[in-house]
Amino acid sequence: MKHITHKWWKITGTILIVYVIAGGFLFEVPNLPVVQQSIRNIYFHVGMWFGMLFILLVALGFSIRFLLYQLPEDDMKALAAVRTGLLFGALGLLTGMVWAKFTWGAFWVNDPKLNGAALGMLVYLAYMVLRGSVEEEEKRGRLAAVYNIFAFVLFFVFIMIIPRMAAASIHPGVDGNPALSVGDLAPEMRKVFFPAMAGWFIMAWWLYSLLYRSSRIDHRISELNNN
Amino acid sequence: MQLSEVRAFIRKDLVLEWRQRATIGGVILYLVSTVFVAYLAFDGLADLRTWNALFWLILLFAAINAIQKSFLQEKESQHLYYYTLISARGVINAKIFYNALLMTGLGLAGLFVFMMFMGNPIASFSLFLVNMILGTIAFATVLTLIAAIASRSRNNFTLMAILGLPLVLPLLLVLIRLSNLALEGASFITAFPDLLILLSLICITLVLSNLLFPYIWKE
Repeated sequence: MKHITHKWWKITGTILIVYVIAGGFLFEVPNLPVVQQSIRNIYFHVGMWFGMLFILLVALGFSIRFLLYQLPEDDMKALAAVRTGLLFGALGLLTGMVWAKFTWGAFWVNDPKLNGAALGMLVYLAYMVLRGSVEEEEKRGRLAAVYNIFAFVLFFVFIMIIPRMAAASIHPGVDGNPALSVGDLAPEMRKVFFPAMAGWFIMAWWLYSLLYRSSRIDHRISELNNN
Repeated sequence: MQLSEVRAFIRKDLVLEWRQRATIGGVILYLVSTVFVAYLAFDGLADLRTWNALFWLILLFAAINAIQKSFLQEKESQHLYYYTLISARGVINAKIFYNALLMTGLGLAGLFVFMMFMGNPIASFSLFLVNMILGTIAFATVLTLIAAIASRSRNNFTLMAILGLPLVLPLLLVLIRLSNLALEGASFITAFPDLLILLSLICITLVLSNLLFPYIWKE
């Protein structure tokens, strides 16, 4: 796949995010007890989390492709996607912690969902450390891809199974995906929520493509320097 | 992959272990010393949950220590030799089987020593035992592939823990929950869903290891 240079989707993404930020803070939301106005965080927190899942899925795809065809580009793409995923995951954790402080009274509560998210971050940080400790490029790509696939599958088993079997999670979305099922979200919030999802997905993809292209340039420069 | 080559490889590992008794002795000594340190540090234990958490933590670190060496005790050139003799799947399955065997043995030894020092509060012993054996096998399946990855990098000692711990932790939580049930004297029927989760986890990791290991093995 050629990296995309068309501008239209970037413009769409920018407009969406501007709209989401404005609408997210200004539009009317239902004022429920406990959550109150902090429900606006849903446009950001859930968006970050889904953006992360999406881009990590992309990383998984490129890791599998790297193992199949051994193209160095695929490894770089997987790395760029993981880096984006780490950023989105960190932002998702931060927005979640602010929200948790407001609604549950502490930045961190001992809850299976929260702990699962933190473990996921640890896994991908470990992925970065693994990359840092292998010298040869081809071998690094292979080991990283293997770990990425192994970790992704196990991570998802844990995200899916373990919070659900421990019935006592206070985080919403125990039996499905939070905020997506009908009736979870007030109708007037949908007009911001769905654009927000689309907007964060586009942002994730944009950031990923930037990271990939910059790493490709770095790679080329070091190649030229070596010759 | 043929069963005979797996069997031969496992036998090779067993013989090797027997000839280098110091290594396995080291792991057992590690287990005993940590139990003893815990015994002294906690100064007798009344709380069931602490007993349980401590037991699994000690077993986890013993597992990391024991499995770590599965790809390190032999030289690169020996690996190359095996590469010409036996398929990659044969190697990983033999290693997993061997590690599962080793871990089960270590787990039983650990339980014995632990009960000697810390007392035996287990109400439903058979459930605890089944859970522990499944747990040690699950440790072996998850950690063997990680050991293979770590052995191919520089600073492989730190890497083993960094790569392995976040992947083992959720498994550890399931195990601790299950053995809490066993400590409180639950029956097999109450524990059945959790046992099923453990079994499916073992199956998933086995399949993944078989799919992924060939990419690590070829050099």
